[in-house]
Formats: sequence, C-alpha cells, structure tokens
Amino acid sequence: MYKGRSRALGLLYLAPALLFVAAFTAYPLIQMIWMSFHNWSLIEAKKWIGLANFVKAWNDRQFWISLGFTLRYTLYITPILMILGYLVALLVAPNTPLRRFTRGIVFVPVVIGLSVSSLLWYWLFNYHFGLVNRGLMDLGVIARPIVWFGEDADRALWAVIVSIVWKVLGFGMLLFVAAIHAIPQEITEATMVDGASYWQRVRRITLPLTARTVLLVTLFSIIGSLLAFDQFFLMTAGQPFNQTASSMFWVYLNSFPYLKLGYGAALSLILAAIVLACTVVQIMLTRRTHV
Amino acid sequence: MLQRLNAGLALQGRPKTDAIRAIVGRTWESRTKYLAGAICIALCVIMLAPLVLSVMASLKTTVEAAAIPPTYFPHELSLDSYQKLWGYQDGLPTYLLNSAGTAMLAIVFSLALTIPAGYALARFPVPGKEYLFIFLLLALIVPYQALITPIFFMFAELRLTNTLVGLAIIHTAVHIPFSVYIMRNSFEAVPKELEEAAVIDGCNSWQALVRVYLPAIRPAMVTVALFAFITSWNEFLAALVIMNRGATFTLPLVLAAARQETSIGGTDWGLLQAGVTVSVIPCVLFYLLLQKYYVSGFLSGVVK
Repeated sequence: MYKGRSRALGLLYLAPALLFVAAFTAYPLIQMIWMSFHNWSLIEAKKWIGLANFVKAWNDRQFWISLGFTLRYTLYITPILMILGYLVALLVAPNTPLRRFTRGIVFVPVVIGLSVSSLLWYWLFNYHFGLVNRGLMDLGVIARPIVWFGEDADRALWAVIVSIVWKVLGFGMLLFVAAIHAIPQEITEATMVDGASYWQRVRRITLPLTARTVLLVTLFSIIGSLLAFDQFFLMTAGQPFNQTASSMFWVYLNSFPYLKLGYGAALSLILAAIVLACTVVQIMLTRRTHV
Repeated sequence: MLQRLNAGLALQGRPKTDAIRAIVGRTWESRTKYLAGAICIALCVIMLAPLVLSVMASLKTTVEAAAIPPTYFPHELSLDSYQKLWGYQDGLPTYLLNSAGTAMLAIVFSLALTIPAGYALARFPVPGKEYLFIFLLLALIVPYQALITPIFFMFAELRLTNTLVGLAIIHTAVHIPFSVYIMRNSFEAVPKELEEAAVIDGCNSWQALVRVYLPAIRPAMVTVALFAFITSWNEFLAALVIMNRGATFTLPLVLAAARQETSIGGTDWGLLQAGVTVSVIPCVLFYLLLQKYYVSGFLSGVVK
C-alpha cells in the first residue's frame, strides 16, 4: 500500500499544519515564558528582571483576589453543572419523541456565543430594565428589585452562575446521555428483571458505568471555569472594585489596558500551569477511554 | 455489581411480593411518566425563555424597551431597534461582514491545513507520526487564553492586529486540534482498497486525495467547517485584544461596546437585544440544519 510513498511526501502534506502550530501556538508559548522574565512593554525597551514578575504576583493583592474568586466560581458551578446535567440526562435519555426534543432544546444555548449570552443575561439581571427582577417580584419572591451587579460580589457571582448554567448545561447533558446509551442493554434489562427500583439502578448501575464521562465533564467544567473571562468582563465588569475580576480578567487588564506585557505573561504562565495540571488528568482519562 | 445482580436473581422466587410490586409499579410508573413529561416541557420552557424574551425585547418600540418596570412581551411590534442597529456606529453590515469574513477565513484555513495533515497522518509512513500528531494537539494543552499576551505582541510586530486574517489565524489555532483529530479519523475510515484501485489506474497521491478521498470525507469537512464557523463567530477575547479600531470590530465586540455605552446613561436595551438576536440566528440555524454533524462531531471531538 505505502509502496512508492516516500516519508518526505508525507511530511510535505503535514508541513503546513506543523508550521502553523509551530508559529501560532508553540512559538507564542516560548515567547510567553521569555516575556515573563522581562519588564516588557510596547513603549520602553525590554529589560531582563529574572523572577521579579513572579515575586510581584506573589505580593499582588489583586492577583490573590482574582485567583480566589475564580476558584470560588469553579467550586460553586462545577457541582451544580454536574448534578443538574446528570439529572437532566437521566430524564431525557429514553428515546421518546418528547425527550429527544427536550435534548435538542437544552443543547441550544451551547451553540450560541458566550459573549452574546452574557449580554443577554446582563439585560435580564439589570436592576431597572431586567426581567429577572420583574419576574421575581411578580412571583412574590422579592418585594423590591435587587441590584445584581456592581454592589455585592457574591450576588453578582450567583447571577453569573445562573447564566452560565443555562448556557452550558446541554454540554454535559449530551455527553452524559451518550454515556448512558453506551451501557449494554443486557445489564439494564437484568437489573429491571430483579425489580431494582429506578434510583437503585441509577446508583448501582448507571452512575458507576458512566463514571469516567462524569469525571471527564467535571474536568472540562473546571478548566473552562478557571479560564472564565467573557461572562465577568461583560456582566460584572469586575465590579465592585475588581472583586469579581476573574484570573483571566486580571491577565487581560495587565496585558492590554495597562500594557504590562511582561507581567501579563507571568500571570498567564501561572494560570496556564494550573490549567495544565487539570489537563494532564484529563488526557490520562481520555487515553483510557480511547483504548 | 455482580453481587448485586445475584442478590436480585435470588429475589425472583417470591411471587407474592412480585405481584404487589408489579401493581404498585404500574400506577407509579404511569404517574412518573406524566411527571417526567411535565418536567421535560418545563425544562424546554426555561431553556427557551431567555432567547424568546430577548427576541421579544428586540421587537419593542424604543419607548417600551426603556420602560420601568419592563414588559414581558411587546404591546406593539416595531423594528425600531433593528433600524438603529443597522446604522449603529459603522453600521451593522460592516460588523456582519467582519464576523462572517473572519469565520470564512477560519473555515478555509482549517480545511486547507487539516485535510492534507489528516491524509498524511492516516496514509503516509511519516517518521515520528505519533509525536507529530501530539504536537498538533498542543493547543489543547496550552489554552489560547493564556497565550493571548504573546500573540498580541507577535501580531503587533507582524502588523496583523486589526486584520481579519490575523483574527482568523487565532481562531484556526484554537480549533486545530479538533479539526486534525476529526480529519485523521475520517481518512482512516476510508477503505484502503478505494485508493489502491486509483493508484493502479495511475493516480499519484495528490490525484488520489482529490478524486478518491475528498468525496469520501465530505461529512468530516462539513463538521470541521461547522465548528470552525461557530468558534470564530462566537469568539470574544481574541477579537477584543486584536481588534481595537471600530471599523474592524466583529459582532460580539460592537455589542460589548454598545453595552458599555448603555451602562453610562442613555440605555438602549432594545438595540442590544436586537444585536443578540442577530448573532444568535446563524448559530441556531446551523444547529437545526446540521444537527447530525453537530452532535457526532461534538461527541467524537470531546470524548476521544
């Protein structure tokens, strides 16, 4: 089959993609590490400062506030997404027309942009003009409108979490449904015969057999949450006083409006290292799925 | 689990409890069936409500869009907001063209890079193939958000900031692991006999690619193009960093700008929701039309 096919020809076909990744992913990665050891801005000449940027991050109060806030966001949203996503998956897994339809609808917000959905929810949660306050007041849950963004960091965080759960619930659901469908029919039938109740079956059969997918989606959620930017930039704008500025938001502020590229690179590197730790676990898991 | 199964089997020799259980089970089952159906419908309503309310808000008159308290549904339909959006700053056509142009470029780049790459990975004896494949997946390991600072610096030097090509390059780079993966798999799935026949007929490798493989991998091309479009059309951070002149803004950027303007004073929520509606329409449309590619690409790209 491969006779007459030279290695060189194969490399030639592969070359454009390799060069592209080398230029626009590998090179920036090396550049980022290089930049992080410099005082680097677009205006002044760059200067080697060793680890000073990292020391600066260590002593940077906002760095810790942002990291803490991002971790808190990750810690709150991940279990909500997992549990809710799994319950919805259990609900819509049977192949009836209504459930198939529901599956399709729950997935719709996944296909729209995160920035656009953030702008949509920014309006819904607006103090005067938003329908969340109007709806809660009509239902008698609250007596007067709530200031969702800009006053209290926790309240803003929960508003963002609601919007993101709406946006990405379908992501986990679809993967969970696929995993549930992959369970061999005989196992389900066998347990139905012995009269195990539905929740017994879920706990003893469905959950253990889809555990790897659950872990995988958990890691996706963690990585995505650690890198969160759009939702905070557009909904809370970091208010009040940068208390809701996520880690990526702090990278952005340093690199671009302030043009402290060296410091921005150092912050990026720290964030990338945290994410990398999660990715390594994820790759180990997917490798096992692959085999 | 096996223990559990055996315990279950042992229970079978108890007809009385079984009969009772069956009766209780049946009524319970029909009740839960309706309950599950009701929850499904409620879920659909909750998931669709924000989108429907946004479309409704975009159809209110200017006065109604600024009403306190807000109305759920417009009392009077009006295209005011769309008219304003059409002429907003550089005009909606500019932003639509920027967004669509970037997405088209990202599709072309993705296909041009990953079709030959997938071909080589699946059908050529390239030395160190596995390592090269992992290298192509580098963007999975280092998220592009983290690389945006050095990329910005690089693009500033290459004069790629404020260009659609520059933005499309970033979007392609974000997306390349997924595309390479899909392409390699679909090339591998083509029966080798097809190509062998072509080679016997005197085709060289390029002709075999064009005549034999391209028709066979069309679904993968649709999947890659679809995801490239969605990624590019929706991407925000890179656009925010690379594009700083109003005339080069993509749709999400101009909406973010409109949001900032509205938060100061003269609020125009109708215009903002008209913009949201315009951005959402192509995504939902492609999703409905290409759902098959969407779901299969999503599952194979994410899980494996």
